[in-house]
Amino acid sequence: MKTTLTRRIVTAGLRGFYRNRTVSLSSIFILTITLSIITAFYLFHAIFAYTLDQVTEKVDVRIYFTTDATEEQIGDVKARLMGLPQVKSVTYTSRDQALTEFREKHIGDQLTIQALDELGTNPFGASLSVVAKDTSQYQAIAEQVSSPDSGLLGGASGSVDKINYYQLKDSIDKLNNIIGWTNTVGFWLSMIFILMSCMIVYNTIRLAIFVYRDEIAVMKLVGASNMFIRGPFIVEAILYALSATVVTLAIFYPATIWVTKKTVFFFEGMNINAYFLSHFFELTGLLLLAGIVLAVISSLLAVRKYLQI
Amino acid sequence: MLYFDKVSKEYDNGNKVLEDISLTIHPGELVSIVGHSGAGKTTLIKLLLAEEHPTEGKVSFHSEDIHKLKGSGMTNYRRKVGVVFQDFRLIPNKTAYENVAFAMEAAGKHDEDIMEDVPHVLDLVDLKDKMHHFPHQLSGGEQQRVAIARAIINRPEIIIADEPTGNLDPLNTYDIVQILKKINDLGTTVILTTHNKGIVDNLGRRVITMEDGRVTRDQKSGKFTM
Repeated sequence: MKTTLTRRIVTAGLRGFYRNRTVSLSSIFILTITLSIITAFYLFHAIFAYTLDQVTEKVDVRIYFTTDATEEQIGDVKARLMGLPQVKSVTYTSRDQALTEFREKHIGDQLTIQALDELGTNPFGASLSVVAKDTSQYQAIAEQVSSPDSGLLGGASGSVDKINYYQLKDSIDKLNNIIGWTNTVGFWLSMIFILMSCMIVYNTIRLAIFVYRDEIAVMKLVGASNMFIRGPFIVEAILYALSATVVTLAIFYPATIWVTKKTVFFFEGMNINAYFLSHFFELTGLLLLAGIVLAVISSLLAVRKYLQI
Repeated sequence: MLYFDKVSKEYDNGNKVLEDISLTIHPGELVSIVGHSGAGKTTLIKLLLAEEHPTEGKVSFHSEDIHKLKGSGMTNYRRKVGVVFQDFRLIPNKTAYENVAFAMEAAGKHDEDIMEDVPHVLDLVDLKDKMHHFPHQLSGGEQQRVAIARAIINRPEIIIADEPTGNLDPLNTYDIVQILKKINDLGTTVILTTHNKGIVDNLGRRVITMEDGRVTRDQKSGKFTM
C-alpha cells in the first residue's frame, strides 16, 4: 500500500512539474539565483582563504644574529624554537646566503654593490625566520624570544642583533584585525544574502502554490489525506532543487574558467576553475542539500495554509 | 442519516446566515433546497462538507458530530460524501480520467479497480470518448458530468450538488438532473440546492425552502414556491 501511495505521489509530482512548466521554470530560475549566491560565497571564501594564506606566509618573526655568532649557537636556538607549540617552522639563513640575497636584491644598484665591495668583509649576520601556526601567536613567540627568563636564546643571547617582530608588529596587528573583521563581515554578509534569497524563494513557491489553493481545497473535499496532497508538491520542490543545482553548476563551470583567466595573476596563482573542479562533488552536495531543504520547507509551509479545511 | 440539530451560523462581522436549523435527511432521499441568494443554502452545504463550523448546534452523520472529526476521521467522512459544485472545480492540469481517478487514488483504491471503474463511470455520464481531454477542452455541461463522475466514483452514501446547473444551458441542465435522478434511483441520497423552478417542480420530491437563514417550508413532495 505504501509503495502504491509513494508511486502515485511521485507520478503526480513528475506530471505536475512537466504540465505546469511556467511555474516550474520561474521557481527553478529563482532557486538558481539563490544557489548561485551560495556558490559565489563558497568560491569567494576559498579565494579569500587562499589570499590570506599567501599573505600570512610572508609574515614571520626574524631573529638577526651578530656576525660573531657561531652556527652551533644558532642551531641550539633553532632547536629550542622548534620545541615551542606555536611554531610552525624555523628557517636558518646563513651569513653567506644573506649576502647573496642582498646582492640579488640590489643587482641593478651599482652604488650599493660598490659600497658593499669596498667593505671587503661580509657585514651580514645569520638569521632565523620563525613562522607561527597562527598569525595571532607572533606576539607570544616574540615575547618569549625577547624574555631572558625563557632561556630560548641560551648562550646566544649576547649574539642577538635585533628581533624584527616589533618592526612588523603594526602590520601583523592590522592583518589580524583584517582577518577577524573580514571573517565576521563575510559571515554576516553571506547570511544576509542567503536569508534574503531564501525569502525570495519562499515567496515564489508560495505564489506558485497560491495558484493551486482551490485545487487543494477540492482535493480535501474529495477525501484526499494531507500527505496525498502534500506529496506531489514535495516531489516538485525536489525537482526544482535538482534542476536549479544543474543549472547553477552549468553556469559556474564556464564562469570560473573565465574568472581564472582574468585573475590568475591577481590572486597569485590561484586557479579558481581548478578549485571548482576539485571541490565539484562537495559543492554539488551542498547545493543539492540547500536547494532541497529550501524548496521543500517553502512548499510545506505554503501548502499547510490551504490544508486547514 | 443526516441531522441538523438547532444549527446557527454567525460570522465574525456579526452577520447571522443560519438560525436555528433543525432537519433530518433520510437514506435514499432526493432533497431540493431552494431559496433566494443569501438565504443560507450554500452555508448549509459548507457545514455539511465541514468547510465551515456552526456557531451553535451540531451536524451529525450517522449520529457522529462531523465537526468533531479530525484527520483520518474527516478524510473517511468526505469519502462517503460526493460533492458537485456550480463551478465544477475540476483540477485543471488533470484530464477527465485523472480527475475521476484522483478521488479513487486518494481513497487508496487498487490500480486495477481504478482502470476498470473510471472508464465505466465516464461512460455512464457519456464522456468515454473525451476521457483524456483536459477540463479546458470540455464544455460546461461536460465538465459538470466529469464532476458528477468524480463525485460518484467511490460509491458515496450522499451526493451534495450545490447549484450544479447554475452555469449550464437548458439541455445540459436536463441531462445533469437526469443523471442525479438516476443516481438517487440507485439508492444514493442526493441533496440538491438550486434556483431553478423547473427542476424542482419536475422532480416532485422533498423540497426545503429557506429564507433569511431559516427553514420556512419543508414539503415531502413539494414545488418551488417563494
